[in-house]
Amino acid sequence: MSAELFTLSAQLSALSRGEISSRALTEITLERAAASQPLHNALITTLGESARSEADACDARRAQGPVGTLSGVPYAHKDLFCTAGVLTTCGSKMLSNFVPPYSAAVHESLQEAGGVLIGKANMDEFAMGSSNEHSHFGPVKNPWDLTRVPGGSSGGSAALVAARVVAFATGSDTGGSVRQPAAFCGVTGFKPTYGRVSRHGMIAYASSLDQAGVIATTVEDCARILSVVSGFDPRDSTSSNVAAIAIEPALTRSLKGLRIGRPRQWFGAGIEDGVGTAVEDALAEYVRQGATIVDIDLPASAWSIPAYYVIAPAEASSNLARFDGVRYGHRCENPRDLNDLYRRSRAEGFGHEVQRRILIGTYALSAGYYDAYYRRAQQVRRLIAEDFARAFTKVDVLAGPTSPTVAFKLGEKLADPLALYLADVNTVGVNLAGLPGVSVPCGFSNGLPVGLQLVAATWREDLLITAGHGYQQVTEWHRATPPERDHV
Amino acid sequence: MSVDRALVRSIAELARLSISPQHEEAAAIELAAVLDLFEALSAAPVDALQPLSHPGDPELRLRDDVAVAGDQRNAFEVLAPAMSGGYYLVPKVIE
Repeated sequence: MSAELFTLSAQLSALSRGEISSRALTEITLERAAASQPLHNALITTLGESARSEADACDARRAQGPVGTLSGVPYAHKDLFCTAGVLTTCGSKMLSNFVPPYSAAVHESLQEAGGVLIGKANMDEFAMGSSNEHSHFGPVKNPWDLTRVPGGSSGGSAALVAARVVAFATGSDTGGSVRQPAAFCGVTGFKPTYGRVSRHGMIAYASSLDQAGVIATTVEDCARILSVVSGFDPRDSTSSNVAAIAIEPALTRSLKGLRIGRPRQWFGAGIEDGVGTAVEDALAEYVRQGATIVDIDLPASAWSIPAYYVIAPAEASSNLARFDGVRYGHRCENPRDLNDLYRRSRAEGFGHEVQRRILIGTYALSAGYYDAYYRRAQQVRRLIAEDFARAFTKVDVLAGPTSPTVAFKLGEKLADPLALYLADVNTVGVNLAGLPGVSVPCGFSNGLPVGLQLVAATWREDLLITAGHGYQQVTEWHRATPPERDHV
Repeated sequence: MSVDRALVRSIAELARLSISPQHEEAAAIELAAVLDLFEALSAAPVDALQPLSHPGDPELRLRDDVAVAGDQRNAFEVLAPAMSGGYYLVPKVIE
């Protein structure tokens, strides 16, 4: 099976021309998933029987006439999208028995378009982490180097696309959780503007930052999926009723005349030499294609990490208060009283990183500290948003490294959570401001993939599609695949 | 910033999390390191700025006051750790 088939465009083309049936494609996907699992641990749940039945239904519909835009294409969900009747764990022991009675809006849209769900992808527990080491179901391994992390929190989704198990997988991005694992795994990760995709049925981490996204091999494929899952949803109070992304014009627009900002702060201390070189080479390619590079200053980005790590845990401590062992989720054995039920159920059900962030958030919201931490962090958030708004009066997109380093070794940063937090330096500001961003493969450093992050103004995903797709038309980095190991 | 074990116990009580005595010291060290990181926020020139709670300051919509989801008691009961007669069961609250 050629790696070329593992793009959405190729699969749709092969299905529509009758070169392959959805059932046959699903069987190949399930075989690759089975071979990948012992190596990468990228799936929490595999759905063989229901996937085959969905595929058969797609083939039957195709035989009758026109079909949905994704009809017959296998995919995986990050395991925080609720799927009615299908286990949805959020990577946590707390929800290891949770079978939701309803589906996320994203799932409804993909199913309506004819997608074939083959499984639920591993992730950092409750999306808290940048390495996928904080999962109750064990760490995910990076397909490029099994001793390294795939990034997180959508690490399972990125690993599945990198290993060419599926052509696309969903993710969620609260502080970089789609873009950073995409960068670490050498695939494309697209986070749309906050409010573009409904959060209904997406288990909440930090509600003012969470946004559904997609991981695929190309920007074009990401754009096609986004067009399916985007749109107004009255069930999400922050869903926006804005015009759809004009994808076709964006895919054909030239890079000539594109104004690209190079934020000085994204190239600061701590950036790995090979990462810096790959990104500068990418910028040089844009210049060759007729774009211009403009130096940009984002002074408030110095506070993006502390602001994010106040706001996100504060919102998490509130959102996760609902997990108390009473209505659903894990319950401790033989509770002495109600308080003991709450405290032990939560201590047993949540992993260490989730507990750490709940404690941080609880402290930041507690009497006497709210103004000093939470209110001040929200003021800094406005400062950061204003920085970006000023930048977008001068340029169309911003470009820089998605992460200062390539994928690090498993366990390397487990003992030092601050080191892990600081590695989010180039991604969290984008969430604080609610902007769209994409990470595209742009080279290698020490044999490991490097991601180029492109960021645009609110609702200007079209500019990211032009910039990312245009780059992938003249480069080959997105076609690189990790070594095939054993039968994968 | 210094964080002692008593403060950890107090936050854990607010968060309804049980922390064993042997983990209190480690939690105090971790929390202190994170709070040191937060100190940088005090240098930001933000006193005149309104806090930004959501990107773009969206106006939160109100839904029509109409029930849309029907009775789903049976679906929810299946998920509960313990139910009886349509009620969630918890340890005795009133002695």
